[in-house]
Amino acid sequence: MKVTVDPIGCRAHGLCADLLPELVRLDEWGYPVAASGPVPAELVTAARRAAAACPALALRLR
Amino acid sequence: MTILPSHRLDLAGHRRRNGVVPWIAYHGADGRDRLIEAVAAADLRGRGGAGFPTAVKLRAARSQRSIAVANGCEGDPLSRKDVTLLTLSPHLVLDGLQLAAHAIGATEAVLCVHAGSPALPSVAAALAEREDRVPVRVAEIPRRYVAGEETALVRHLTSGDARPLGRRPTERGVRGRPTLVSNVDTLAQLAAVVLMGPHHYRAARTDLVTVTGAVRRPGVVEVAAGASLAEVLAAAGGEAEPVTAVLAGGYGGTWTAELAGGVPGIAAVFALPVRACGLEYTAKVLAFLAAESARQCGPCTFGLPSIAADFAELVRGGPATARLARRLPLLTGRGACAHPDGAVRLAASALQVFGADVRAHQDGGRCRVPAGVA
Repeated sequence: MKVTVDPIGCRAHGLCADLLPELVRLDEWGYPVAASGPVPAELVTAARRAAAACPALALRLR
Repeated sequence: MTILPSHRLDLAGHRRRNGVVPWIAYHGADGRDRLIEAVAAADLRGRGGAGFPTAVKLRAARSQRSIAVANGCEGDPLSRKDVTLLTLSPHLVLDGLQLAAHAIGATEAVLCVHAGSPALPSVAAALAEREDRVPVRVAEIPRRYVAGEETALVRHLTSGDARPLGRRPTERGVRGRPTLVSNVDTLAQLAAVVLMGPHHYRAARTDLVTVTGAVRRPGVVEVAAGASLAEVLAAAGGEAEPVTAVLAGGYGGTWTAELAGGVPGIAAVFALPVRACGLEYTAKVLAFLAAESARQCGPCTFGLPSIAADFAELVRGGPATARLARRLPLLTGRGACAHPDGAVRLAASALQVFGADVRAHQDGGRCRVPAGVA
């Protein structure tokens, strides 16, 4: 499973970087940069929570 | 067989010069398989910039309800090969479009050109001469750089919105149907594969390249595939003045000073005149690319104007290199389309090739070139 961002949907709310700082950081304009590798097992729950919390539903797990 | 004739070919002239597609050899479902196998054996790759294997794309777009789209939108100001091809040899493109439509089982075909394209009269005259199995409709696309991107084409044909969508057209394309989007040059090459046979094609294949800048005869040339940049410049009459760097691949391309090397699949080459400043030229191109963003994705909307401003600052001798080193690696792969990736490629290669000019601008405010020549 990997974390990806729908670049068209994303509106730079930034919740993902708050909820999942291990895998998402924000660029200088507030848009998320997701880690490229697979989500480690211990972060799967946090990743699901972050995806569900995205107001634009632009954070995806797949 | 070369792709580009010296003057426009009507249907009779096209058949005399290039031959007639042997449809009987590709009849039915077996025929479709044989056609795609021939394209794979010819190792045909897309000529729209990405160089993706055409056979893979054809296989992915196969279904009972597919749509075939020929992309003749040429938004890059450094490229004229597509409009030239559509003007001089429209039937070769249309033969390729029919073959592609047959290979994927399409019942509908669309030929896209920019609104008001100079190729429109030639295309309309060619379509009026033909009786094709799959009807071809011509669509005029807004004259925006990004509107010619394949997912933007699909979206425009579905809803009228000409901004990239970022999902594979072969899975869900025009009106949700599997869609093959292929550059018109690729389709002409596909026709050449069938007319020449894949093995002869592989041995004799040629590339269309638009050559501009400091050459004696700027324009579209046809060179043997795999030709070096020096050979491409020679085909355009050679250097009109000493050339120190070329931009290969159009506005979203790569600067290089290595002219002896071959550049596979490159469709546009700009030779920087020795009296022009590469940094100034790059700054202008980046400003164009920033203005042409569809403004859907944050990294493109904010990142492209930022790196364009960084380059304008480099031209003024300001300290923007550290900021660019931080920004450029962050932008690639973060848009719905590859528009920001092209801008990053251009900017990063300019920093490499024009490193001495960057220092000269910082030391004296200018390089060897007088201001405003780029």
